Amino acid sequence: MAKLVGGICCSHVPAIGAALDNGKTQEPYWTRVFSGFEKSKEWFREMKPDVCIVVFNDHATAFSMDIVPTFALGCAAEFEPADEGWGPRPVPVVQGHPELAAHIAQSVINDEFDLTIVNKMEVDHGLTVPLSLMFGQPDAWPCPVIPLAVNVVLFPPPSGKRCFNLGKAIRKAVESYPEDLRVVIFGTGGMSHQISGPRAGLINSAFDKAFMDSLAGDASYAKDLQHVTYMREAGAEGIEMVMWLVARGAMDAKVEEKYRFYTVPASNTAVGHMILENAG
Amino acid sequence: MASTAIPNTPQKEYADIPGTFVFDADQSAKGYAINAFCMTLLKAPNREAFKANEAEYLKQFGLSEEQTEAILKRQWNRMLELGGNIYFTAKLGATDGLSFQQVAAKMTGMTQEGYAEMMLKGGRSVEGNRTRTEWEKKNG
Repeated sequence: MAKLVGGICCSHVPAIGAALDNGKTQEPYWTRVFSGFEKSKEWFREMKPDVCIVVFNDHATAFSMDIVPTFALGCAAEFEPADEGWGPRPVPVVQGHPELAAHIAQSVINDEFDLTIVNKMEVDHGLTVPLSLMFGQPDAWPCPVIPLAVNVVLFPPPSGKRCFNLGKAIRKAVESYPEDLRVVIFGTGGMSHQISGPRAGLINSAFDKAFMDSLAGDASYAKDLQHVTYMREAGAEGIEMVMWLVARGAMDAKVEEKYRFYTVPASNTAVGHMILENAG
Repeated sequence: MASTAIPNTPQKEYADIPGTFVFDADQSAKGYAINAFCMTLLKAPNREAFKANEAEYLKQFGLSEEQTEAILKRQWNRMLELGGNIYFTAKLGATDGLSFQQVAAKMTGMTQEGYAEMMLKGGRSVEGNRTRTEWEKKNG
């Protein structure tokens, strides 16, 4: 049977992708950011997952204001990197895992999470930046990826509690899949940041720390946070952090925090990263 | 600054967050044309056509006069006030060769250098910036 072996939480700042793609990783500003992900690359080399489920948000790339799905599961065989206005990132095409994705879709829909199924989707920095941080710049990504897009652009996004419970349903789905696959789930986005309006530039490290501490514990504080609290305390776009709760929900009630990294800033954003393993 | 309140509806709980445009369903309905225009900028030939004649290009989206003006004059906050969303208007920024950070800086009224410096020093503190009352006291 498939097994969920780890949870990754990490930010997905577009400037990180641009720094990588434009060869700026050795500049001191960026060394500070990228050095925080060396340990993660090592963890992945040892963990050798067969599939990664990446919970991310689309930034007006695949989804315009024509259709805004709250949760959209990528069931395609591959996903092309999108042109977000600067030209597509020079990263490998993302290979999907249509069989496991279809199984997850059926399982969670039967569990009353009414996902949108996506059979064609270009993926933006929200998905590709976390892959770059974990895997560097390979010719091909090391394993198939199932994208799960969460609406955090049009208010309101799903609640943190809903995200957490969806994670639980995904765990159940994964572990009822008959093939022996090692699966890692990513919750991406955040941490505190605001990139719009006169209050842009807001960072709240104390909030970010409390959030990460909660995820390392039983997540009860984090999952009950209200949208208005995220926006007021962690910036309008800080609300992306609800996506970390999908990953946390997919893990055991108890987790072992294998690694944590936090730095301010990358461009406009506080960068946070955690590696969690199940602990019963 | 935030979305215009609809008569007889209770004030939105997030209306008190200062310096922030919450992109909700009301804003999305109001700004559909702005965001539809910005989406076209994902394609390089459209970016070229827009740059060649901005006013002419904008005619195809059913924008209001004030929306058109905000786009042509690159009034970044005004675009959000009129229903634009930052992830969409950032594509206009990209077309102009601006990064997210450069667009963000423009909305704060700070210089690019001043904004970048603030970020390097840990960003804008949440202290004094949680509510409109605090914000107004601080910013006069």
